[in-house]
Amino acid sequence: MTQADIQTIRLTNGKTANVHTQLFINNEFVPGNGPLIETINPANEEVICKVHSADEQDVNLAVESAYKCYYETWRKVAPAERGRLLNRLADLMERDKDEIAILDAVDNGKAFAVARDVDVTESIGCYRYFAGWADKIHGKTIDTTFDKLCYTRHEALGVVGAVIPWNYPTMMAAWKFAPALATGNTIVMKSSEVTPLSTLKFGELVKEAGFPAGVVNIITGYGHTTGSYLSSHPKISKMAFTGSTFTGRKIMESSASSNLKKLQLELGGKSAQIVCADADLANAAFWACGGIFNNHGQSCNAGSRIFVHESVHDKFLELFIAETKKIVIGDPFNEDTFQGPQINKSQFDKILNYVKIGKEEGAVLAYGGKRWGNKGYYVEPTIFTHCNNSHRIMREEIFGPFVSIGTFKTIEEAIDLANDSDYGLAGGVYTSDLDTSIKVTNEMQAGTVWVNCYDIFDQSTPFGGYKQSGFGKELGKYALHEYTQVKVVKIQRLSKI
Amino acid sequence: MSQFIVETDTPNGYKLKLQTGLFINNEFVAGSDSIDTINPATGKLIASVQAADKNDVHTAVKAAEAAFNGPWGKMSALDRAALMFKLADLIDRDNEELSQIETLDNGKGITFARLFDVKQIAISLRYFAGYADKVHGKVIDTEGALSYTRHEPIGVCGAIIPWNFPLMMLGWKLGPALATGNTCVVKTSELTPLSAYKVAQLVVEAGFPPGVVNIITGYGAVAGDALARHMDVHKIAFTGSTAVGRLIMKAAAESNLKKVTLELGGKSPNIIFDDCDLDQAVRWAHKGIFFNHGQTCCAGSRIYVQASIHDEFLKKFKEYTSQTKLGNPHDDDTFQGPQVSQTQFDRIMGFIDTGKKEGATCFMGGERWGNEGYFIEPTVFTNVKEDMSIVKDEIFGPVVTVSKFNGVEDVLSMALDTEYGLAAAVFTKDTARALDVSNRLKAGTVWVNCFNELDYNTPFGGFRQSGIGRENGEYALDNYIQVKTVKININRKP
Repeated sequence: MTQADIQTIRLTNGKTANVHTQLFINNEFVPGNGPLIETINPANEEVICKVHSADEQDVNLAVESAYKCYYETWRKVAPAERGRLLNRLADLMERDKDEIAILDAVDNGKAFAVARDVDVTESIGCYRYFAGWADKIHGKTIDTTFDKLCYTRHEALGVVGAVIPWNYPTMMAAWKFAPALATGNTIVMKSSEVTPLSTLKFGELVKEAGFPAGVVNIITGYGHTTGSYLSSHPKISKMAFTGSTFTGRKIMESSASSNLKKLQLELGGKSAQIVCADADLANAAFWACGGIFNNHGQSCNAGSRIFVHESVHDKFLELFIAETKKIVIGDPFNEDTFQGPQINKSQFDKILNYVKIGKEEGAVLAYGGKRWGNKGYYVEPTIFTHCNNSHRIMREEIFGPFVSIGTFKTIEEAIDLANDSDYGLAGGVYTSDLDTSIKVTNEMQAGTVWVNCYDIFDQSTPFGGYKQSGFGKELGKYALHEYTQVKVVKIQRLSKI
Repeated sequence: MSQFIVETDTPNGYKLKLQTGLFINNEFVAGSDSIDTINPATGKLIASVQAADKNDVHTAVKAAEAAFNGPWGKMSALDRAALMFKLADLIDRDNEELSQIETLDNGKGITFARLFDVKQIAISLRYFAGYADKVHGKVIDTEGALSYTRHEPIGVCGAIIPWNFPLMMLGWKLGPALATGNTCVVKTSELTPLSAYKVAQLVVEAGFPPGVVNIITGYGAVAGDALARHMDVHKIAFTGSTAVGRLIMKAAAESNLKKVTLELGGKSPNIIFDDCDLDQAVRWAHKGIFFNHGQTCCAGSRIYVQASIHDEFLKKFKEYTSQTKLGNPHDDDTFQGPQVSQTQFDRIMGFIDTGKKEGATCFMGGERWGNEGYFIEPTVFTNVKEDMSIVKDEIFGPVVTVSKFNGVEDVLSMALDTEYGLAAAVFTKDTARALDVSNRLKAGTVWVNCFNELDYNTPFGGFRQSGIGRENGEYALDNYIQVKTVKININRKP
């Protein structure tokens, strides 16, 4: 007998919540044929519930639903109507904000208050932003020779596949759904098997908002099975992926060996924050701290390397440690918790192993470096100093509350050190000098560069990496390019005028 | 606020509480004068409304300025957009009441008011609300300097809107102006002031800060002139006659060189080739001239039919036009209501007389309809010469001329022989001809196999003396921003 869709789960604050657990295909929750997957609460290491997963047959069903819907229904819906539906979805998320935040908190371990005020709030903003673009997708007319009419159409791609990670479940879903739907595509999304719950809740809201059946399909499953079937499916026109560089390569290989589907990859990073001698050090310490410790360090754009001018290193470190000490670690459902547990045992072990590696490499552990508490995958905010670019802890993405700090003498050196990485997702520079900020921002090989701040996002500015941090942009008008294809129409006039 | 409420019933018994005060700083206040607004279906008084003089205009401008320098200027684009969406929702909620007021004041058929006019203002507000956080400048590569542009709001924008589509014209101005961060002073037509005041009530309900939207009515020569000359208004948008458009431009020149956009008159040619779908062409041609009782700047008021189908076109056109239902605009099935005022009525009848005197044939219509209100029969003139006044001058009523042509060169020379250039149409099944003719027509909108089709997201505006600037679509944003170039020196030496 197959598990019912709705399950009741227990939260760490004693309350319960009802969650969807089946696959969302064609506006209905249906059982999956893959194995039931346990999703774990990282705050107490207990099983929250089991969710259905999709096997190849289920993936096929989802893709076929999306495909049929695109050709028969969705592409005939007026753009303004698409925008209206997205705004309606945003209204419903506003209404159910707390419920969605609870799901992200229990499934991911992030603080409920952060989930509510950042993740869900910004996701709502993302849907509204792209709703506004829906009826503003313009082609051009291009004058060539006198006897022709030439113009471009920016058409939808068709069915888009998306694979999203576990670090910001609601928000990563929004960054894919919003531009894909606004531009007229239908979508099949595989959520992370580690954090499936809020995405399934989203399916319920999609139906309530009035989207036609098949526009949005949500399947849970493992990357190497469900994700793989999706990324090699011949009826998927494009894969949008956020996750590790390792998996990104697999998706790219899949595309190459299947139907050359278009790709967008948001991968890892080892972003550098540069603190100059003339920086406002208190300001820098504040932002740099958030830059690495926000979301427990589980951000692709985490500022996980800090290069400080040698003349202000000690002073900066003192201020930075003081900021770090303010971090409240605890149960995600305490209102003042800033840092919850890491996502799972595997990440937990990996981070603590890097502490070992850091010490072995000769870096200096200046703060933290241990498990916090004795239940849940909590790791203390960890600071290593005396690091240099040959250290593994300076080169490899750790994806935890772990920062590596080194020094520099000249700004040119700092820029070189920052650029000495296979990654190029983001960066930051702290300085009071205009020339320095322009020089660094011009020369840093990164998709986003922050000046005197870090980790600030807007719906209207694009985000995406250089080098092996990926390609393609999310957010902003630039995202529209990722979800449309350009057709040129050339009408030849016969000469019988 | 309630001191300016006038209670009245429409002819079909719908009860209205009409706001008649000037709307300044989120309050309804007295003006220095009052103006009577008439129901054009009966010729009887609806209400007396407060009218603005130069001092009232000044008060409104100051309120708008304070709002721009205060809460509105500091508000995020998203918050501005949220208010605009709210206003649009309230307009949809009150569609029936707004439609009743619009029909009572303007005389248009209530079905058009409900399904078109009132819907369009909400659509404009929503469309431009979506643009609020999407107004982008550029970064431009320059050696040794960081150069970028900012698209900044202008500040207090003045708008003078006409009586033919009171609510829709309000939407076409408020949408882009508010989305780009400006505040507004709108002078409505003294012939149709009522529906905008209802919208003003909704502006307050939506939660706009005081002074962001100000709506006043008054005589053009008094309030309109004051707005066009005000030294603290840095942009004026005008829709109306070409004659008044000149005055606005002159006022701007004589005062502070405020930016000017003008949507003026037209005498748009409708060109029907012999390979068209004739039945469709007849229907579109009818809509082209008789929609809104001919009171449309882009009306297809000159029809040119290719010789071989000319007589058949006329026959079908007469048949189709005879079915036009004139009557009480508050009846659901009324197509054509009265012209908006006695003055317009007299003017149009004057043109009809002139047409007859100049020797054209009044093929159908040509008389007043009924004995109450300003109704005029749908009127068709044939046997016209290109230099007749009914062919050259904008009549702005349900009067159309139908002429014969032989071929493309012949019809284009007639179609292009005008100072106007607002719109034009060509009916043909031949792609090449459609493209060629539409390329050669000098008009801001060219319709192929249709007429009077406007979309909120495609730009609208005139060539030549039909105006300056474009409304609707992304292009409208340009009217309400000013471009600042910022150049930060990196390594240039003096």
